[in-house]
Amino acid sequence: MKAPLLAIGPAALALEPLVSAVAEESDGRDGAVVTFFGLVRNHNQGRRVQYLEYEAYAPLALKTFARIADETHGRWPGARIALHHRTGRLEVGEASVAIVAASPHRGDAYAACRYVIERVKQIAPVWKREYFDGGDVWIEGATADPDDVRAREEAERVACA
Amino acid sequence: MRVTVRLFARLREIAGTAEMNRVIGPGATIGAVWRELAGEFPALAGYERSISTALNADYARMDAEVHDGDEIAFLPPVSGG
Repeated sequence: MKAPLLAIGPAALALEPLVSAVAEESDGRDGAVVTFFGLVRNHNQGRRVQYLEYEAYAPLALKTFARIADETHGRWPGARIALHHRTGRLEVGEASVAIVAASPHRGDAYAACRYVIERVKQIAPVWKREYFDGGDVWIEGATADPDDVRAREEAERVACA
Repeated sequence: MRVTVRLFARLREIAGTAEMNRVIGPGATIGAVWRELAGEFPALAGYERSISTALNADYARMDAEVHDGDEIAFLPPVSGG
């Protein structure tokens, strides 16, 4: 069964199905596929991380992923992306997010892939709770505002750096 | 009018529930629902400037009007990825 291009849920992530899903939409134009796996790290801000728990507002997350895909396609017209985010308990070393970006040229594929993860961190309705040696804490990053032009420009700037 | 309120992450923990029903007056906005909630759970009030809000699973502003049967969500700063 073909993997969906955009997904969020508790299933373990794998890159290969996403690469296949993106490749199926190609008619031979692609010259590059860039993949990204975001992993649970064993340390954060001086704390020894035991595991993370991810929570999401799934219906809005999927719409937000579609928005990010549209933005990416608008900025790099030849690029197509796949994006999966995991929820639930994740151990150190497991993948929380998987991104695949394909494009006729490698520069755009790299930039598109980086743009997607930056936008996920800015506007996807997903939260992680960190369990570390000695306690636990909700991580709170950006106030999500998809219409914030400056945040979007910052994601583009980072993607093209 | 009856609406459903959904809370996530730390907001959910403060209120002790992920979902609740609220009866509100006609013409009420998302902001009015939030203020009532913050009155009920004072620990929420500190989030007023940092939350995002959604109406029927689309991002929306605090001044958006809500209607019978709507689902309103209050979202603390996000940390996906």
